[in-house]
Amino acid sequence: MKIHEHQAKALLREFGVPVPNGEVAETPQQAKAIAERLGARVVVKAQVHAGGRGKAGGIKLADDPAGAERAAAEILGMRLKTPQTPPEGILVGKVLVEEASAVERELYLSVTLDRGRSAHVVMASEAGGMEIEEVAATTPEKILREWAHPALGLSDFQARRLAFGLGLEGEQFKQGASLIRNLFALYLAKDCSLAEINPLVVTKDVRVLALDAKLNFDDNALFRHKEITALRDIHEEDPLDVEASKFGLNYIKLDGNVGCMVNGAGLAMATMDIIKLAGGEPANFLDVGGGASPEQIENAFRILSSDPSVKAVFINVFGGILRCDRLAEGVIAAVKKLGLRLPVVIRMEGTNVELGKKMLAESGLPLTTADDMAEGARKAVALAKS
Amino acid sequence: MSILVDKSTRVVVQGITGREGAFHAARCKEYGTTVVGGVTPGKGGSRHDGFPVWNTVEEAVTKEGANCALIFVPPAAAADAIMEAAAAGVPLIVCITEGIPVSEMVRAKHFLAGTSSRLIGPNCPGLITPGQAKVGIMPGHIHQPGPVGVVSRSGTLTYEVVGQLTSRGIGQSSCVGIGGDPIQGTSFVDILRLFGEDPETRAIMMIGEIGGTAEEEAAEFIKKQVKKPVVAFICGQTAPPGRRMGHAGAIIAGGKGTAAEKMKALEAAGTTLVKSPAEMGATVAKVLGR
Repeated sequence: MKIHEHQAKALLREFGVPVPNGEVAETPQQAKAIAERLGARVVVKAQVHAGGRGKAGGIKLADDPAGAERAAAEILGMRLKTPQTPPEGILVGKVLVEEASAVERELYLSVTLDRGRSAHVVMASEAGGMEIEEVAATTPEKILREWAHPALGLSDFQARRLAFGLGLEGEQFKQGASLIRNLFALYLAKDCSLAEINPLVVTKDVRVLALDAKLNFDDNALFRHKEITALRDIHEEDPLDVEASKFGLNYIKLDGNVGCMVNGAGLAMATMDIIKLAGGEPANFLDVGGGASPEQIENAFRILSSDPSVKAVFINVFGGILRCDRLAEGVIAAVKKLGLRLPVVIRMEGTNVELGKKMLAESGLPLTTADDMAEGARKAVALAKS
Repeated sequence: MSILVDKSTRVVVQGITGREGAFHAARCKEYGTTVVGGVTPGKGGSRHDGFPVWNTVEEAVTKEGANCALIFVPPAAAADAIMEAAAAGVPLIVCITEGIPVSEMVRAKHFLAGTSSRLIGPNCPGLITPGQAKVGIMPGHIHQPGPVGVVSRSGTLTYEVVGQLTSRGIGQSSCVGIGGDPIQGTSFVDILRLFGEDPETRAIMMIGEIGGTAEEEAAEFIKKQVKKPVVAFICGQTAPPGRRMGHAGAIIAGGKGTAAEKMKALEAAGTTLVKSPAEMGATVAKVLGR
């Protein structure tokens, strides 16, 4: 799960990671009032779940409250398009108005999981403000890493080593080392999957500050963090994704026109691949899970049919725990309730497949069947094009 | 022959009184697996669907000689269940549970490193040696004994390849689902090594997916140490970056973990790459000269 920058900064503040003073505004007038309270030059930042905001015009500097008002008026209500947003952009509903900092140096700091080592890793670099992937590709020696002990966490000496490695000295060093420890504590306490500060800045008045903040959370741990799930902003998510999550369905909207419904994440990805190989484009990823109920199947079918870009549906199920007769029951119920607006191709295999096929045949519904996934994909792609 | 599980496997099911645990304990037993009983803390001394229930894994080990733990414990308690099985000296631990917090798996994996236990999973379908033992949730009837070792990060996609093999009359030595999480107890490399050493395994089918670098590491290992033919498929060739495709581990992050990179590495390592998931069985047949 992702949250907004202003939410991330509130968490950082709570854990003792210094951030610039600032508040959130939903109108230009509010932005002006905040700038007046701050009494300094301010930066007005669009609050959307995507990076690359600066280049897209979503971050503006203002010298005075009137300037902050103008900047907020330009940013609020715009559709911000960055390489990380959907092509149509994201509508900006909130801006963060915060004190502008006199930056001396820009650094990078993050905590994430190192899958290869099965350990959390803290990464720091003097090449702040750049995409870390780019730094890793061009100048990997500029990235410092410290792996936290799986049980003991990050030790003080590791935080010091990183702070020294960043070239921090004196008072800055003390602040930096403490900030690194505090960021790691936040990462662990809140079950983050990524805690990234880019840039982390050293200011001309010798402070170390998190100028930007990105926190992502481990979805598997959200059950024990109600305070984090409360920060979810469903306006940032595709409405169909949100609808699917209500029914425990794993759904991701994509750009094509062949809707797919599959059991299991691997088979679902493979089904998308085979649609592409058959000359089509998948409209979505949809994993109904290993033990989907007829109700879940029905809801999945409803969500697929409600996507206007879907021209044909391909249901590909290898019955293990999910029995083919239960799948057939769910599909028949869904079609009877919702009608059949779209051509549907069903391929099923595995547990109770004969019973499932018999149920589909006896239902008298005009469903197309296929004996294997290649045939199913071919038929679905052809139907989507016709 | 086979790897990891066979006729001598004695399974204790952790979480046997739950819906999933009870259902699959019965399916494993039906297949012919020796299921000695189960564990649910606080329900020790009772029986569930004919299986004895103990409070601790240790009791199952001392009383019934359990040498394999199959875990269906809910996500919040599953990492602890893994550690309990390892502490009881169970050599093979298979964790089916999906949705364990990553930070808990970090600790559990560290705990395992100090023991002689091997963990398969979590978030996996388990493993099967056709005709001998099924320790997992896969439909047993689609399998048949034979020469192909199957290793995969996915569940139903593994059933798909097994279905394709069996329908061609090609059986499997063992099939292992290593799981779809970012932290796994057993890697592709571990299983490839075991299949390499197993005299009955004549070819290996490997199914990877986007995310992480496990397939690249497997490619390195195959190049250096695997003498048997390996057929590989990577799913997620059309997956967009930055989105988690169902499995917690299946995500292209920071431009890394794409299917294209993995396929390139595997091809360079001398594996036979399958582009279409419909061609997996046919390609293995070709490699075996059938």
